[in-house]
Amino acid sequence: MAEFTVDPYADRYARRTAGMSASEVRALFAVASRPDVVSLAGGMPFVQALPTEHVLEVIGSVIAERAEVALQYGGSQGSPVLREQLTMLMGEEGTVADPEDLVVTTGAQQALDLVGKVLIDPGDEIVVEAPAYVGALTAFGAYEPRFVPVELDDDGMIVERLEEALVQGVRPKFVYTVPNFHNPAGVTMSRRRREHLIALCREARIPIVEDNPYGLLRFEGEPEPTLRSMDPQNVIYLGTVSKVFSPGVRVGWALAEPGVLQRLVLAKEAADLCSSNLNMLVTERYLSGERWRQTLHGLVGTYRSRRDVMLEALSEHFPTDATWTLPAGGFYVWVTLPAYFDSANLLAAAVERKVAYVPGTAFYPDGRGRDRMRLAFCYPTEERIREGVRRLGELLSDEEELYRSLSG
Amino acid sequence: MTRVAVLAGGRSPEREVSLRSGHRVASALRTRGHDVVLLDPSEAPFVETLSAAGVSVCFIALHGKEGEDGTVQRLLELLELPYTGTGPGACERAFDKVLAKEALDAAEIPTPAWAAVQVAALRDLAAGPILHRIVGRLGLPLVVKPSRAGSAMGLSFIEREADLPHAVMNALSFSDAAIVERRIDGPEVAAGIVSGIDVLPLVEIVAKDGVFDYAARYTAGSTEYFAPARVEPEVGEACRREAGRAFAELDLRDVARMDLMVDAEGRPWVVDVNTSPGMTDTSLLPMAAHVAGVGFDELCERILDLALERA
Repeated sequence: MAEFTVDPYADRYARRTAGMSASEVRALFAVASRPDVVSLAGGMPFVQALPTEHVLEVIGSVIAERAEVALQYGGSQGSPVLREQLTMLMGEEGTVADPEDLVVTTGAQQALDLVGKVLIDPGDEIVVEAPAYVGALTAFGAYEPRFVPVELDDDGMIVERLEEALVQGVRPKFVYTVPNFHNPAGVTMSRRRREHLIALCREARIPIVEDNPYGLLRFEGEPEPTLRSMDPQNVIYLGTVSKVFSPGVRVGWALAEPGVLQRLVLAKEAADLCSSNLNMLVTERYLSGERWRQTLHGLVGTYRSRRDVMLEALSEHFPTDATWTLPAGGFYVWVTLPAYFDSANLLAAAVERKVAYVPGTAFYPDGRGRDRMRLAFCYPTEERIREGVRRLGELLSDEEELYRSLSG
Repeated sequence: MTRVAVLAGGRSPEREVSLRSGHRVASALRTRGHDVVLLDPSEAPFVETLSAAGVSVCFIALHGKEGEDGTVQRLLELLELPYTGTGPGACERAFDKVLAKEALDAAEIPTPAWAAVQVAALRDLAAGPILHRIVGRLGLPLVVKPSRAGSAMGLSFIEREADLPHAVMNALSFSDAAIVERRIDGPEVAAGIVSGIDVLPLVEIVAKDGVFDYAARYTAGSTEYFAPARVEPEVGEACRREAGRAFAELDLRDVARMDLMVDAEGRPWVVDVNTSPGMTDTSLLPMAAHVAGVGFDELCERILDLALERA
């Protein structure tokens, strides 16, 4: 009689891997990535809109003129010229920054990981929005915090709820927020909420981690000031070129006060020494000149039309008792279904009907979100968006009928 | 040297598992000196690609519908290509839990008391109100699962009648009928069968958080396995006997895996029949074969040989 060990490492894994497991939802995405499935799931930027010959020229010139740098290691903080350009990018939204206060990271995703590594001890409380960006939950999750989810509404995080939590004794290490065109909720934090959050956190001496990947993808209305611009000392700001250029170059950054920055740079060095010089130089060159602005302008127009099509299709095909957010930018619409729907379970049937979405449960650290779904309008064509929403609407209406018959 | 097509992937929710099985089988057969091509039936044009591949046999590493319900088997019969595993008609019956349980009942092979809820009955015949009768007949706790799916997808355990509608909807997301089954409380064992090696040693499954669900099946380290199973010898014998009878009665061929529960009195109950058992690094059949002294490469080759004998 012997215990059969499939995985000889089974008793060796660190505690922080406990949440890393296979899941049905992930398995279903393997089917959903097939071309005949209309995927409203992935938040992939529409990189087809990038001017290929221009990008080719950029990459070619980097190799032709800077090969000895491009193919070499670089400093952990990242290329100084690129840091200046990223500062310029932040300036587009009114954030004033010194390139010296910025570290280039492998996508903003690495910045999330480094922030977790530098700030979170096991058991620390971390405030996140409910729902929250799933990649932040997994990045921070590895450092074993206790998540304190704070609800959001059409005006972003309900800061009054955070205030209540603080009164009740919650003492978070930091507050994490995506204030613009939230992932997954699509909503933007109002001016009043921003002011409230800044004042509250300053008063309670709680740092804010502001994650702003979508800020420049505004379809209409006036931009709100970044939290960083409202209180530089108390805000760690994360940015990325994934949405304004390409996620393939993996260039993101963190902007922080010198003490935090020093630790982020050291943590970055420990993680991967430095970001790719080749990709940094390509990004640097892409962002020089004015061409990128036209391209971005065109992209924002494409995303705006796709959003319009999605909202129109939702009104036409979704149950009347479903509600959804009206994003003024970004990639996502967040749908709330009647409570008897279970979007995690429904995904299998959706994939069978050749349409996919992300079940709401992915975005909550506490198992909620079964009656929510995230729909992304960034990647599929207008025609595919219409068809995908139609297929989903049909499924929901069949499911509703089934529920009625089951509940007698 | 034989030129073999290993079929893996497909469109079922078990696509990912199947791709893992397929890669392992392909490399095992290559190690044994075969010329192997890995093909995904969901990549068009499959029939053309397969015909052009010039293979003399197919190893089916597909899981879930199409690969396990007789569809691919029927196609291969038309193409006159020998393939591993059970023929189309028997696949169809074994894959559909309604048909399989009817056949097991008819052969007096113990399977937990059950009822089926079909989506058509709910939608078209307003059968919702009968749900509580199922609880009246079968009692609690219950297991609810889709009639045609694998890897524990869409499976729920329920302790309260109030949870039944949700569990049924959950199962119906994967299939057009749900099976509601009395839950047997006791050790869970898997009985692998390979023609020519007979019923392999039993593997006992102990999921660390109590439920052998999808995550427990496919996350290495989240389930403990004991092989041979820690049951009394006569209980183990009874399990293997019933598994062997099920294999014969359902007219299965080459390879299969039966999942059984052992109740407090030591009686075995067949809860699931798999005609295309998983061949991944955490799969039960390769584990059982290993305990019987048959390594993974040899296991794959033996299964392949069974198909070649029919060529």
